[in-house]
Amino acid sequence: MNDTAHAIALDDSGTDYDVERYRKEFPILGEEVHGTPLVYLDNAASAQKPKQVIDAVQYVYEHEYANVHRGVHYMSEHATDAYEGARVKVQKFINAKHAHEIIFTRNSTEAINMVAATHGRRFLEPGDEIIISVMEHHSNIVPWQMLRDEKGLVLKAAPVSDDGEFLIEEFKKLLTPKTKLVAITHTSNALGTVTPAAEIVRLAHEAGAKVLLDGSQAVVHMPVDVAALDCDFYVFTGHKLYGPSGVGVLYGKEEALNAMPPFLGGGEMIATVTLEKSTWAGLPNKFEAGTPMIAQAIGLGAAVDYVTAIGMDRIAAHEQDLLLYATQKLSSIPGMKIYGTAPAKAAVISFGLGDVHPHDVATIIDRAGVACRAGHHCAQPLMDRMGVPAMTRASFGLYNTRADADTLVEALEFAREFLG
Amino acid sequence: MLDDLRELYQEVILDHGKSPRNFRDVEDATSHAHGANPLCGDQLVVYLKLGDGEKIEDVSFVGKGCAISVASASMMTEMVMGKTVDEAKDMFRRFHAMCTGDDGGSDTVLLEDDLEKLNVLSGVRAFPVRVKCATLPWHTLSAAIAGEDEASTEA
Repeated sequence: MNDTAHAIALDDSGTDYDVERYRKEFPILGEEVHGTPLVYLDNAASAQKPKQVIDAVQYVYEHEYANVHRGVHYMSEHATDAYEGARVKVQKFINAKHAHEIIFTRNSTEAINMVAATHGRRFLEPGDEIIISVMEHHSNIVPWQMLRDEKGLVLKAAPVSDDGEFLIEEFKKLLTPKTKLVAITHTSNALGTVTPAAEIVRLAHEAGAKVLLDGSQAVVHMPVDVAALDCDFYVFTGHKLYGPSGVGVLYGKEEALNAMPPFLGGGEMIATVTLEKSTWAGLPNKFEAGTPMIAQAIGLGAAVDYVTAIGMDRIAAHEQDLLLYATQKLSSIPGMKIYGTAPAKAAVISFGLGDVHPHDVATIIDRAGVACRAGHHCAQPLMDRMGVPAMTRASFGLYNTRADADTLVEALEFAREFLG
Repeated sequence: MLDDLRELYQEVILDHGKSPRNFRDVEDATSHAHGANPLCGDQLVVYLKLGDGEKIEDVSFVGKGCAISVASASMMTEMVMGKTVDEAKDMFRRFHAMCTGDDGGSDTVLLEDDLEKLNVLSGVRAFPVRVKCATLPWHTLSAAIAGEDEASTEA
């Protein structure tokens, strides 16, 4: 061990972040793949679940399950309390003013589509402009293209630098009196870039536009405060936040949500129904037609409890250490090209390895137990901007270690030799 | 671990992947088709020039892809060059069965005679998500033969 490595090792033992304890709470991390321990670095696609979340979901079905907001019986009351309790947990987690500003959705995609289909259809007029960025996930591009085509809108994309940095000055130039909506990621899923969200919101509001932030990758890597951001909408998904799949969140300011028409019609979202007409329930029920994802929402509440108990600021610090360490180690591999080196960056590293295709890289390192994503990361416009068809992506979570980064680097060195 | 990988990435495949044959366009092509794997963003175009008796007088491809898809495309062009359309279709059917193991149950399907060379790609059977990499060029050739513009592994 050289001096630097030794110093790093000392740093590691000097922190009170008990990563080994957390790792034990994620049963799947004890699994072996291809006869070797799993090194899970595909957290940006979906994170693994701690025992606390798995138990919470099981507890619902074993002890407090019934439909919510309907029965007067004991089980329904308890299920409703747990479900609404999860809403309050999410509210506090992102510092929303009211619990009814939290709408449970299926995922981020559904949350964005909901805003497009309700707020977008109701308030945007032909010729109005929407601004996204070139580094959006397809889920924050396609719904706006559909709305553009339906309503005759103009859709603009804010550029990024070669380093993947959001160019705020260029964004400013896109704002016009016709800009009605700005829909930007808070953290890029492909590059890890953290956008200057508060500044984007301030500028957009000055121009009279509402702002939706896609926080799918942000809430998992850092503390998020929607009150401080002052955004009108904020969306994220549960499964990337160590919670169950099938549940996501739309946060909307009370006044914005109240002004919007319902999304889906059906049970739960109504006040009264006659054969002639219906009136809508108040928030949040107006946007939660039908039986919701009861156990999943409660599981998300447990995930929020879990990360809150560790502390999002401490998770962020741990991941920043991993980002720095892994970036340094990866850079020493000949032919390594890291895409996205913005100063504000979450622990997501996309890269190319010489002229070896990402698919081949991912297949080979998989045999060493390393799970990485290879492909366009549902961000094809960004791949075009960076001039590559695909990238390999290593994305870190709260349970990853420097040893995981070491295994990744060894596996990549092997891949380079193997295909070289 | 290594055995599976060596089986998948045989020397012949690495060679075709790095120096693909017939990697060009065909100026007087009678048809061409785009192939895409939406999962990974791989794209290629297969050019085809048919002559009398539906004989494949020239066939080529361009595009970007992984070692498996580029090698498969390269070997495909060598295989079907000079064959008739019906012969090419029959080759695809047999090749597809080899890649997917969809042959009625036996463990290994190795191709014989004219397709023997393609056996180097049989390693994909141990990597189910990579089967589409090997078959994409052939799907694209089929589309070009049928006069369709687009082929997709999701089709």
